[in-house]
Amino acid sequence: MDIISAENIDFYYGDFHALKGISMGIEENSVTALIGPSGCGKSTFLRLMNRMNDLIDNTRMTGNLIIDGQNIYDKKVDVDSLRTKVGMVFQKPNPFPKSIFENVAYGLRVAGEKDRYVLEEVVENSLKSAALWDEVKDQLKKSAFELSGGQQQRLCIARALAIKPKIILMDEPASALDPLSTSKIEDLIFTLRNDYTIVIVTHNMQQASRISDKTAFFYLGELIEYGETRQMFLKPRLEATQNYITGRFG
Amino acid sequence: MTGKQKKQALVFWTFRMMALIVVGLLAWILVFIFIKGAGVISWEFLTTAPTEGMTEGGIFPAIVGTLCLVVGSMVIAFPIGVMSGIYINEYAANNLFVKFIRIMTNNLASIPSIVFGLFGMALFVNTLGFGDSIIAGSFTLGLLVLPIVIRTTEESLKAIPNSFRNGSRALGATKLQTINKVVLPMAVPNILTGLIISIGRVSGETAPILFTVAAYFLPKLPSSIFDQVMALPYHLYVLSTSGTDIEAARPMAYGTALVLIIIVLIINILASTIRNVFNKKVK
Repeated sequence: MDIISAENIDFYYGDFHALKGISMGIEENSVTALIGPSGCGKSTFLRLMNRMNDLIDNTRMTGNLIIDGQNIYDKKVDVDSLRTKVGMVFQKPNPFPKSIFENVAYGLRVAGEKDRYVLEEVVENSLKSAALWDEVKDQLKKSAFELSGGQQQRLCIARALAIKPKIILMDEPASALDPLSTSKIEDLIFTLRNDYTIVIVTHNMQQASRISDKTAFFYLGELIEYGETRQMFLKPRLEATQNYITGRFG
Repeated sequence: MTGKQKKQALVFWTFRMMALIVVGLLAWILVFIFIKGAGVISWEFLTTAPTEGMTEGGIFPAIVGTLCLVVGSMVIAFPIGVMSGIYINEYAANNLFVKFIRIMTNNLASIPSIVFGLFGMALFVNTLGFGDSIIAGSFTLGLLVLPIVIRTTEESLKAIPNSFRNGSRALGATKLQTINKVVLPMAVPNILTGLIISIGRVSGETAPILFTVAAYFLPKLPSSIFDQVMALPYHLYVLSTSGTDIEAARPMAYGTALVLIIIVLIINILASTIRNVFNKKVK
């Protein structure tokens, strides 16, 4: 069963037609990589899934996006609670100017959780899941800004995990990080796939081939090819995909 | 030195001289006021009312009056200004209405303060019937600094990258929660800067209080917000232009000026200390 199902989605920024008739399904507990040259619409498509595009003025969407059996663009949908089900990690680490503890606890606090014991437990578990606990367990009160870039990004992943989403969207989560931090993030994604559905936008072909089960290639707002990652990288059906993956354009 | 280096040095020294001239003039004013005014400063000067046709005694009622007006005008301007600034930057779409508000705010900032005084007299003193009073003066001064508060609030919110807002919204926080828990705490230090500037402005303005609150001579302290008060800038004006014996009152005038400057300095230092504490908290 697909947990995410896009049906004939068109999306516009003002007059700019950014997504053209996108239809695709994403399976539960899998990692799906969205690849394609800059401006191809992959990040736009990603941000549709937790309705972050709502925050941009003058945009318009048609088509259906069904997540977990619910059309998330239905008028009755509570967008804030949708975002607790569909978490997001951004390109640049963006921890809040708060302590490490408060960063991870943030999502729970805004949801009204006040029980100190619950908060402590969730913070610990989330940091453990994000492979950061051992590095920060003695300094939870320290400002998140004192962490390194790679640690900050894992903190942002922990922050997203703390609200127990079903789906995690990642928008080039390692593009601002050094190779070592990048490989830590990749290892993390590999373990998280057991419990979460992950959709990741990446410009790094090796990364897509290493971590994803399925890959979708976007070009000029269209979904060109979508399939098993191994097949996409070894034997793509289309020449355009082949050319992009091998670096001949893009 | 090559020609290129000479040119560099010339530019550097020109800029440096300009900066020095500014500092020099400022120091001159301060030293001048200090030398002329320090002589009359005493405990008695700070804690008693003027006597002998304002050539003797002190300026206590004027100090109290100015402090009342600072507090009063901030109570009015700060909430209104900060909330307007939040509305403009966080809520309003970037449409004609908001552009109109912004233009009007800028216009408001360029209206001469004496015009505010006249308007304050017409609206607060006469139409609303407050009479010459602290409340009328506070409203008038509050209006005067409203554009400063709105603009610094708007600017300090604008300086906060959207990535923080998006990060918060993506965790299921509402817009209001995002503003309260993430955006405002980061903006507080800069918003406080607006408060500091406004306080400096309010405590020194004479024109807006001329027709709305300031008393020529009133040794009694105010008992309610509907009372008149003396105020330092107006007292200074009175001492220098219309006392019974202007020459004899001259040292009192410089003393008043010195006290006014010191009060503004103290408020500035206090406010920037608070700001630094907040800044540290944010970092």
